[in-house]
Amino acid sequence: MPKDFGRSPVLTSNPFHYCPGCSHGIVHRLVAEVLDELGIAGRTVGVASVGCSVFAYNYFEVDMVQAAHGRAPAVATGLKRALPGRVVFTYQGDGDLAAIGTGETIHAAARGENITVIFINNANFGMTGGQMAPTTVLGQVTTTTPQGRQAGPNGYPLKVCELLAPLEGVAYLSRVTVHKPGMVVKAKAAIRTAFETQLRGAGFSLVEVLAACPTNWGLAPADALHWLEENMLPVYPVGQFKMREAV
Amino acid sequence: MKQLMKGNEAVGEGAVRAGCRLFFGYPITPQSELPHYLARRLPEVGGVFLQAESELAAINMVYGAASAGVRVMTSSSGPGISLMQEGISYLAGAELPAVIVNVGRGGPGLGNIAPAQSDYFQATKGGGHGDYRVTVLAPASVPEILSLMGEAFDLADRYRNPVMVLADGVLGQIMEPVDLGGDFPTASGPPKPWATDGNRGRARNVINSLYIVPQELEAHNLKLADKYTAIAQKETRWENYRTEDADLVVVAYGTSARIGKAAVNEARRRGIRAGLIRPITLWPFPALALQKAARRTAAFLVVEMSMGQMVEDVRGALCGVRPVHFYGRTGGMLPEAAEIVRRLILLQEGVANDAQGLWPVASSDQ
Repeated sequence: MPKDFGRSPVLTSNPFHYCPGCSHGIVHRLVAEVLDELGIAGRTVGVASVGCSVFAYNYFEVDMVQAAHGRAPAVATGLKRALPGRVVFTYQGDGDLAAIGTGETIHAAARGENITVIFINNANFGMTGGQMAPTTVLGQVTTTTPQGRQAGPNGYPLKVCELLAPLEGVAYLSRVTVHKPGMVVKAKAAIRTAFETQLRGAGFSLVEVLAACPTNWGLAPADALHWLEENMLPVYPVGQFKMREAV
Repeated sequence: MKQLMKGNEAVGEGAVRAGCRLFFGYPITPQSELPHYLARRLPEVGGVFLQAESELAAINMVYGAASAGVRVMTSSSGPGISLMQEGISYLAGAELPAVIVNVGRGGPGLGNIAPAQSDYFQATKGGGHGDYRVTVLAPASVPEILSLMGEAFDLADRYRNPVMVLADGVLGQIMEPVDLGGDFPTASGPPKPWATDGNRGRARNVINSLYIVPQELEAHNLKLADKYTAIAQKETRWENYRTEDADLVVVAYGTSARIGKAAVNEARRRGIRAGLIRPITLWPFPALALQKAARRTAAFLVVEMSMGQMVEDVRGALCGVRPVHFYGRTGGMLPEAAEIVRRLILLQEGVANDAQGLWPVASSDQ
């Protein structure tokens, strides 16, 4: 019987270490499928960051570089400037991209660095034990906001797409979610568009993916998907923020 | 044909001649002429000059380009090098070749922009975290900067380890004649089959410094340690100056060594058999050269533009077999040849026979 569904050839045979219900597995698969369908896996270099997805270098069947915390866009810049003919992407969580790596993210975007950033927003620092992230929503309980995030002492959630959209170097910007099957299909389309943007040489592209973290949210996987819909979507509306034609 | 060139520009030209085609850096004094030079020069040879948003970004751009397998460098001065330490640790951990230039200035803190050698500890003892070493080259003239830049890239590639070139504001700003004639090699270093250059048709490559299993990290660190041993055995460099019959030996590097040589010549004119040992690699440190000199030398005088940093390595190399004295100026001030001579005379007369070599700093300037 012909096999019509299986592991993407752009994923290695290493089993994911991610928790049950974590969205990383879905997004890894989407990125791998897009690289495969565009036929660019053989000329792609990926950059893993620090956080739960640090081990992304174990999973993508492409050349991979592991970067220091927050520095993936700078590392990707170095790679892309050295290898302008290759496809370069980073895979970063919200602690990595929106906290310690805010500077590198904004400046790579402002330069119009021709790289693609896959940004996983699960509203907390997963790897280190569920601390507040810049993206943690108001009222959300984390290990460092045990009473829930309050604007007074903790400030407001950082909205990365809204922050980057005005920058002229940004060519493609989209926020997607993967908490429902139909949304997963749309997320894949956005990831594909982001890589196509890079292939056109149009500039910086970023896809923010709203993601579930059942372990640190203290919820069963299915409940985590509901929590995402009820608590994250109102703060982080999905949709395409920017699409610039080739320059 | 010889032409005058600033030290900072020689760093840039030396890098270009070594096949370096990418530079990432962030503005800081007193190395500014270097990015200015490369911003003009690199595009001429099809290279990339990128002004980063910070030293953090710059060193990580270097990390990315080094991963791609090309020759790449950055430069800064003390405060910026402090910010790069995380990235240098990652370069060492991931075994990536790259060249980092520190045109040293006064510290600590914001300090000032005058020349200093107070980043010796930072350069040689590893300002970053973890069990690693960085090869450190210390030029003392503009022509030597030109040649050591090629050496720096070769050493970085040969051992897959970052190399730091430690200069100071004097060397960066001074103009000296250099010979830029002739062809220079355009090779960009040896083949790098480990590089993540996205050039498939082989198994995928991974650049990484994470070893989550302790046994694996220990094995990795032991492998690094073997590499550092090999560097120490094969790549230690120094210069002996008039040491053959020296009763007293000055130990100094970079700008201090030039002042020290003038002092040695003056001391000899006054009948003192003085010599000088100039470490060219600060790590690995030329301990053996000092130990050999100790066979006939009564005492050592270490001269630095700091409150005394390399002097600890000199004392460590000599293990107390000879007195090691120290004369340093700090905060951007330069040691004076006359003061070095005065101390050599006192040593010759047996006046300053303190075993620890503890001397009031800059006593001649009170």
